[in-house]
Amino acid sequence: MPLRLLKYAWKKSEDEPRFFPEEKPLKTSYDVVIIGGGGHGMACAYYLAKEHGITNVAVLEQGYIGGGNTGRNTTIVRSNYLTSEGVKFYDESLKLFEDLSTDFDLNIFYSTRGHFTLAHTDSAMRTMRWRAEVNKHHGIDSEVVDVDTIQKEVPYMDMSCNGQHPVMGALYHAPGSVARHDAVAWGYARGAQMRGVEIHQKTKVSDIKTKSGKVVGVQTDRGFIEANSVVSMVAGSTPRITEMLEIETPIEIFPLQACVTEPVKPFMDTIVVSGSLHVYVSQSSRGELVMGASVDPAELHSTRSTLDFVEGLTDQMMDLFPFTSRLKIMRQWAGMSDITPDFAPIMGKTDVDGFYLDAGWGTWGFKATPISGKTMAYTVANDRPHELIKPFSLDRYANFELVGEKGAASVGH
Amino acid sequence: MKFVTCPSLGRRALSEFTFGGRVEKETDQEAVSEREWAEYVFYHNGAPKTQQEWWYHRPTGIWFLFQRNTLTDSITQVDFANKGLTNDA
Ligand SMILES: Cc1cc2nc3c(=O)[nH]c(=O)nc-3n(C[C@H](O)[C@H](O)[C@H](O)COP(=O)(O)OP(=O)(O)OC[C@H]3O[C@@H](n4cnc5c(N)ncnc54)[C@H](O)[C@@H]3O)c2cc1C
Repeated sequence: MPLRLLKYAWKKSEDEPRFFPEEKPLKTSYDVVIIGGGGHGMACAYYLAKEHGITNVAVLEQGYIGGGNTGRNTTIVRSNYLTSEGVKFYDESLKLFEDLSTDFDLNIFYSTRGHFTLAHTDSAMRTMRWRAEVNKHHGIDSEVVDVDTIQKEVPYMDMSCNGQHPVMGALYHAPGSVARHDAVAWGYARGAQMRGVEIHQKTKVSDIKTKSGKVVGVQTDRGFIEANSVVSMVAGSTPRITEMLEIETPIEIFPLQACVTEPVKPFMDTIVVSGSLHVYVSQSSRGELVMGASVDPAELHSTRSTLDFVEGLTDQMMDLFPFTSRLKIMRQWAGMSDITPDFAPIMGKTDVDGFYLDAGWGTWGFKATPISGKTMAYTVANDRPHELIKPFSLDRYANFELVGEKGAASVGH
Repeated sequence: MKFVTCPSLGRRALSEFTFGGRVEKETDQEAVSEREWAEYVFYHNGAPKTQQEWWYHRPTGIWFLFQRNTLTDSITQVDFANKGLTNDA
């Protein structure tokens, strides 16, 4: 790559190929319309084309590629969940992530860091042991570690938390990673386009039309588009889409905020999460501390950010890492999280023939990008839910078959 | 910081309150089917709207009902949840 760059610098003309091919004109009919050009929408399009030969597909995105939660998340990838259903699903995703850079011929900066979930109370320790046992049962690298081990790996952390809530131990997950979120969406988007899929940005779906209980197409601000299958992959906008079909779900939208500090020298190569303090942190490849917390206190369909959030977060962060009191916050932002009562996603077919739902990704869906794309593509291609997503159906709530992931997903995204 | 004006308490920081979810008419658990009960507990239309919500004022221990728009975050009405209450805050 450096040699190529050098050659390019000496060249007279700028004849580098475009990253994305030129956008094609919008047609009036497709086999499959995917609403939402985030990571999930792009991954679904990619696997539809690559694994099922379905290429007459349009991804419709109201803004720009990856401009939703995909481009706003703190990119933690892990599989140390609490339920068997969750562990199996997220572990498949992790395996796909490891090969993505090669698949795409694009560096997604996948960086395996090791992931600590700190416990400051007896009950938190109990949950960590429970998670470790479930994880090990499924062959996941996950263990409870003591204070000395943590201190050795994260020497700058104040294990007493300013004497307020001493760390008692942690769940350690060696495969825990971070990645470049934009590159994941771009890699899938380019891969899908190269196989014939069309991506239309600045194209908003305003209604979904049905005929005798079956989807026939979508209304957009650029006209009506016929489609046999419509897949909704819009995360924080899900209730606005399901409302078009009068489908009710348990999803509630809460803002989730994050922020970064000014860059500092690399000092921390692990990801640290504290469920009790409601904060988590990792250091980016640029040296910034990427920090986040749990969702905002009340339901809201908005990406506004607040001072309350930074105040609350930095207060806890300074207990964990006292020296951060000297750092400046550079940027803060928010995304809209589609939260479910059991902190697990909602995926698969719906009561409306030809309408598929991929939602309920809340604060935890970036890590699921590859596997949800793959399993949703399978579900659409075969009109039958993929084995891995059967537990995540929309009617599990009516059957009182919840997949309780709160203990593993509410703070440690 | 966001503020809200309450009967009796006056202008207070919203951060003094805890969100208690939207107000919904509870169905009669004994009379409805399991499906209807699940509908009540889980399923709803979560699109942006103005709704009535429970909010708890932690310093005084009083429950309020807010009318709030979940798109704009504007609070248009504040009442005591306990209708008989007037000014004991
Ligand atoms: C601050 C923050 C931190 C997070 N941290 C993590 C983390 O560390 N690890 C993790 O795994 N997850 C994390 N998440 C969650 C994760 O970001 C999301 O679950 C995931 O990115 C969802 O991807 P998506 O493709 O489904 O949705 P999005 O990326 O939101 O894409 C949906 C797209 O749909 C478009 N859209 C909506 N409505 C319409 C319409 N009517 N017509 C056309 N297009 C429409 C939107 O513009 C948007 O681009 C975090 C989220 C936030 C906000």
